[in-house]
Amino acid sequence: MEAYTPYLWDLGRIAFMFAICLGLAGPLTWAERRQSAMIQDRIGPNRAALTLFGREIRAFGLFHPIADVIKLITKEDTINIHADRFLYNVAPFIALFPALMTFAVVPFGPDITVGGEVHRLQVARMDAGILVVFAISSIAVFGVTLAGYASASKFALLGGLRASAQMISYEVTMGLSVLGLVLIFGTLEPSAMVVAQGELIGGWLPRWGVFVQPLSFIIFFTAAIAENKRIPFDMAEGESEIVGYFVEYSGMKFGMFFMAEYIEITVVAGLLTTLFFGGWQVPYLMDGVEFVNAAGTTIVGTGFHFPWGGQLYTGEWVGAGLRVGAFLFKLIFLCWLQLMLRWTLPRFRYDQVMTLGWRRLLPLSLANLVLTAAVVLLI
Amino acid sequence: MSKVLDIHGSKPNEEGVTEVGHEPTTADRLYVPAIAAGLKTTIRHFFKNLIGKEKYTQTIQYPDQKVEYPERFRGMHRLVPREDGTSRCVACYMCQTACPARCIHIVAGESEDPSIEKYPVVFEIDELRCVVCGLCVEACPCDAIRMDTGYHPKPVYSREDADFGKADLLKNFGRHETEGSRRTARPPATAAGTGRVDRSSGDGGAGGATGGY
Ligand code: SF4
Ligand code: SF4
Repeated sequence: MEAYTPYLWDLGRIAFMFAICLGLAGPLTWAERRQSAMIQDRIGPNRAALTLFGREIRAFGLFHPIADVIKLITKEDTINIHADRFLYNVAPFIALFPALMTFAVVPFGPDITVGGEVHRLQVARMDAGILVVFAISSIAVFGVTLAGYASASKFALLGGLRASAQMISYEVTMGLSVLGLVLIFGTLEPSAMVVAQGELIGGWLPRWGVFVQPLSFIIFFTAAIAENKRIPFDMAEGESEIVGYFVEYSGMKFGMFFMAEYIEITVVAGLLTTLFFGGWQVPYLMDGVEFVNAAGTTIVGTGFHFPWGGQLYTGEWVGAGLRVGAFLFKLIFLCWLQLMLRWTLPRFRYDQVMTLGWRRLLPLSLANLVLTAAVVLLI
Repeated sequence: MSKVLDIHGSKPNEEGVTEVGHEPTTADRLYVPAIAAGLKTTIRHFFKNLIGKEKYTQTIQYPDQKVEYPERFRGMHRLVPREDGTSRCVACYMCQTACPARCIHIVAGESEDPSIEKYPVVFEIDELRCVVCGLCVEACPCDAIRMDTGYHPKPVYSREDADFGKADLLKNFGRHETEGSRRTARPPATAAGTGRVDRSSGDGGAGGATGGY
């Protein structure tokens, strides 16, 4: 049994990661519809009901994702006869897997000590964590492009081409915008970045990425939405014009592209949390601070240490719980914000997308990088 | 009108045309302020509809919630019966003549009661053609046809089913009328048994909701 414990911890971490990614994807499809309804003064889907003991339970339409999945799974799986069957079948998987894998480097809690052993709350801790994110997310381009190519449909091909051009363009910007943070925190490893964000600037402002690099936050967020091909950057789909790279897909294969989009929302939210919003850090909740308890003795441990003087000892376990909670809260808030943006903004035209990417965001992120480098060098 | 156009500070040019809109300013090109302004609006709507007491949403969730129709709502037709259950209609063709949709079809027959003279052997209304104008109700001298049932013609499977005959129309009730009240209703105020109603009493025939026959 002893020998298996590390694997059990690994399995637990992976299960937690999948629970977040897949567990949020369903509710996000629901949230997207209900939220857009709220924004547009409608009610939204609420009629999928479950009848239990003669009572109809509607649960605000929460059964709609389940109904969707049942519909998608039982639908006929059509394949265009001119399509390249192998690539056609493999494309949804290539689109879905990078989305699922990227979350592995996102730390969802601090290191915890159980039975004298330190366990990380992060699936994969790699020195080059940030680079792994970009390496994996660029694989997602293949899924989309192959789907468009293998479908043997002009609309799908157009969508795939647009998607590949758009994703490659914005990847450059996205990578450059993060480099500023890498310079400031001096690490490429996400959980080390999160630890570094626990410090305070001037004794009161958390050293979160969004405060030290506000410009790069905006650039990264924009590029991330463009990577995810959502409105206002939905050139690859363009529901109103070309439908997109998945136009030939039906059933659950289409569902996988759909799922990939919602998992990517979660991943983008996870990356934004980690890089710019202090990851699992709760403001003023610090490790290794001295506390004076009621009896007058001094203990060193985890607790709140407010800049205005107050103290609150929480202990390691409550602290860890609060931090995982804070991570989930930030994650869900950023998912919500992404849905909000999607229903606020009108679409760009394709040339505007390219102009924004290459002629506005790229120079901006370069300037930001040079400026940050200069400041880091001088201080 | 001018208020809307003045948003952008435009004035009519010499040809009297006011140009609306403007070249994007530097602030517009930055996108971020405009996005923030947009988000402010959508977030306001979102939270007001989610937790606000007074919501923007005005949706009536139809099969569960229904709007109360106004008192003079023109619904499905009905033929008003006499005490003995036969129609009050004297087959005068006034409604058929008045109907702009030509959807009333009457075949007159001779009544055994000499004081009534005529009665409709066939009285059909094609509810699919009816434009719900209410002119038939206005035209009827005997207050024999009304549209005060308060509901729509029922959906049907074929066009023929939408031709509602005399028996169907007689079965319909006014919306404030019940089986009991119909039986105990006073007999029509007929003049010499012709079924003519004294309209001056205030019980206007058109959609007249309550009141006797
Ligand atoms: S309501 Fe108008 S259209 Fe309908 S039957 Fe009467 S007169 Fe004809
Ligand atoms: S106007 Fe009245 S009485 Fe004359 S035919 Fe029509 S329903 Fe009958």
